[in-house]
Amino acid sequence: MNWLMVVVGAAVGAPLRYLVDRAVQARHGGVFPWGTVVVNVAACTVLGFLTGAAAATTVPPALQHLVGPGLCATLSTYSTFSFETLRLAETGAKPSAAANVVVSVVAGLAAAFLGGMAGQALLR
Amino acid sequence: MRPDRPDDTSPAPGWQAQPVDPDTAVDPWPPRRAPSPGRRQAEILAAVTAGGVLGACARYGATLLWPTVPGAFPWTTFWINVTGCAAMGVLMVLITERTTAHPLVRPFLGTGVLGGYTTFSTYAVDARALFGDHRAGTALLYLAATLVAALFAVWAGAGLTRLLALPRATRTEGEA
Repeated sequence: MNWLMVVVGAAVGAPLRYLVDRAVQARHGGVFPWGTVVVNVAACTVLGFLTGAAAATTVPPALQHLVGPGLCATLSTYSTFSFETLRLAETGAKPSAAANVVVSVVAGLAAAFLGGMAGQALLR
Repeated sequence: MRPDRPDDTSPAPGWQAQPVDPDTAVDPWPPRRAPSPGRRQAEILAAVTAGGVLGACARYGATLLWPTVPGAFPWTTFWINVTGCAAMGVLMVLITERTTAHPLVRPFLGTGVLGGYTTFSTYAVDARALFGDHRAGTALLYLAATLVAALFAVWAGAGLTRLLALPRATRTEGEA
């Protein structure tokens, strides 16, 4: 059952990442990989919310697997993030590479904290 | 030889000629079997989904095999992200500089399998949990170590592949 939930969550998360990433990248012309930042921060917010909710109340394991290792972990990506950072650094856009690291980590962490607080507050 | 320019035997332009975001690039379809744009989009989405499910299962399986104790350094997610980034470096050199990959290879392996296997949300939420457990030192170490090791892995994976896999142009000259 847990495996099935992970598969279902991943089957939504992976194409969602592709579609959101493309939609965001198509809307701005620059080289900065905003698409990946957006999917990663969104996934951190939702996973933070789930963790906060699980700390405040009982969340069914099936739902935890669907949203956690299924949807959120698959919606977010580290491989694309680090490849983009290397690409920016290699092409001479070192400030953008550094900005990508700082923005992704700080925003991802902030999203995890805020999502967690919201989950705990709303489901207390 | 490139399917879009059959007379061009120059080396592949490599990822310098491509957008920074590897997931938004679409490799050219072979001319013999170029499907309609809608069909292409559907095939790409199917490849991303299938790859994403495989990558997620590999990640979930690894977390079951090597569970992380709450409060401890999340080694399993650390190694998942580092190995996924090394594989990404290898893959991107192979498909942009060494071979003319089928257009579904990147969506399946790069966006799908590796994108689904690695995770940014678990990284951030695990770090937050460590901060919550009053283990700020471990949290900061985990945040920094993953970042440094992942960036090194993608750089080393790409560099080693450039060294070990012969450029396509050299191979073509050798055969001629």
